Amino acid sequence: MADAATATAPAQAQGSEPPRRDFLKLVTAAMGGVAVGAFAWPFIASMNPSASVLALASTEVDLAPIAEGQAITVMWRGKPVFVRHRTPEDIAAARDVNLAQLPDPQPDSARVQKPEWLVMIGVCTHLGCVPLGQRPTDQKGDFGGWFCPCHGSHYDTSGRIRRGPAPRNLEIPEYTFLTETSIRIG
Amino acid sequence: MVGLHKSEFKNPVVRWIDQRLPIPSLLQKEYAQFPTPKNFNYFWNFGALAMVNLVIMIVTGVFLAMHYTPHTAHAFDSVERIMRDVNYGWLIRYIHMNGASMFFIVVYIHIFRGLYYGSYKAPRELLWMLGVVILLLLMATAFMGYVLPWGQMSFWGATVITNLFSAIPIVGPDIVVWLWGGFSVDNPTLNRFFSLHYLLPFVIVGVVFLHIVALHVTGSNNPLGIEPKGPQDTIPFHPYYTIKDTFGLCIYLIVFAFFVFFAPNYMGHPDNYIPANPLVTPAHIVPEWYFLPFYAILRAVPDKLGGVLLMFGSILILFVLPWLDTSPVRSMRFRPLARPFFWMFAISCVVLGYCGAMPAEGIWVTISRVGTAYYFMYFLVILPLLGKLERPLKLPESISAPVLRGGGPVPAAAAAKPMEKA
Repeated sequence: MADAATATAPAQAQGSEPPRRDFLKLVTAAMGGVAVGAFAWPFIASMNPSASVLALASTEVDLAPIAEGQAITVMWRGKPVFVRHRTPEDIAAARDVNLAQLPDPQPDSARVQKPEWLVMIGVCTHLGCVPLGQRPTDQKGDFGGWFCPCHGSHYDTSGRIRRGPAPRNLEIPEYTFLTETSIRIG
Repeated sequence: MVGLHKSEFKNPVVRWIDQRLPIPSLLQKEYAQFPTPKNFNYFWNFGALAMVNLVIMIVTGVFLAMHYTPHTAHAFDSVERIMRDVNYGWLIRYIHMNGASMFFIVVYIHIFRGLYYGSYKAPRELLWMLGVVILLLLMATAFMGYVLPWGQMSFWGATVITNLFSAIPIVGPDIVVWLWGGFSVDNPTLNRFFSLHYLLPFVIVGVVFLHIVALHVTGSNNPLGIEPKGPQDTIPFHPYYTIKDTFGLCIYLIVFAFFVFFAPNYMGHPDNYIPANPLVTPAHIVPEWYFLPFYAILRAVPDKLGGVLLMFGSILILFVLPWLDTSPVRSMRFRPLARPFFWMFAISCVVLGYCGAMPAEGIWVTISRVGTAYYFMYFLVILPLLGKLERPLKLPESISAPVLRGGGPVPAAAAAKPMEKA
């Protein structure tokens, strides 16, 4: 046995082409890599939002009690959503803007379904703070909309970024008007 | 008998174990006889202090975990319960809380020691890089630990830091949702942070082990930055440095105890004693003090992605420092030109830390920008150029030379001893 093994080993090294052994090593390593990747996938995916988190995806809001000029904050997917009943002055200020000057150009009409109702996610697009401006006593920034106290981003009455480090306008969630005075977010 | 280790221990029990598992021999070689440069100053205490600090954090952390509840509805209250109801809970938590700050104090001094005395230069590059890995792990662990009490600063700190990843083009927002396990920082986030906060310290233990193995291959650097030339330049680690480290440890424990017993909340932020509220951002979010310089760098850049890149870059640049510093002379003692630039670098770090605690407006933004510019200039321009322009002072012949007048020549017998490394 031992003799046969020692006799064939050098013969193999000399006779057959070495790439065959290399190929086997490569295939084994590649299969091992695929297996590790496949095994890792469930663990990585387990960290994504679970079914129960995804199930809490929509919220209904009654708009009737919100007077002109008032704003309310509702929770949707663990985030604050700003609903503002805009005054004609707010709307005029939002529409009377040279779009070319905006960091993230977007006309006001693209951000609302009905001009008097502005619905958007109240999370600063910089690093996720909640901007001030919902309460009458809040600081509203230099453009009369919202102001993020964390790193100084100013948003206008359409929730568009005007000055500061935030790269994008406040995000508009998907929502539909169920009746004249109620909406469903999500 | 084949395979038994040749033990020199006389005690039969120790000898029996040592023959089969030669850990006593290893400790004898690496921690007792280990030839160590004889000219260490007290800055060489801080590695040992960091190790003791790591043990303190793991022990207190394990006991805190017995009483803590990682759920958004209970976390804050369970921490308050630890403070009020659990026997000595206040002590264990205050040790753990201040231990985090003490850890960074010790580690930052350890790092600046390395920067001043050129401990990162060949042949200790990998030793240094492992240290940078430990620093990164330490930061991740500290950040996640700060989230666990679920106070306002916990919540908003977690929100701001996880949102840093949204700056990554294209996949950023998906990565953030993945990190959160939801659409905002919420219970899934708290759960995984608790899990990882428990795991990472043991990963740190592993990397610390590699750090020490690498140290015992190259040997320690020393304040002169020249290699020991023979046994006349070294002393055994025990008892000379065990006693020196013990003395330093006593001083460190006095400072530690001062904070724990007399100013336990001095290094924390009062807003973290307000339960987390996802609808109200505190007017002024600041991270813990040890992250302030990096936070200032983040806010100094008006561009979101740029700020995030520079902030991470400020630490990652340490990985390539051994190749950026082109000077062959290690210790700043012999680098008259580099020394003032080094101290300006140290000052820039402190100034950045101060700016990080101030609101991001007006003069503070300007100062942060100057500090950030100098921070990167030091590594990318000053150190590479100084290696070529500077004329270093004459290095002493050996570690003994400046002490023993005339520079003790190598005794022939000692020079012949093969065990000494060059």
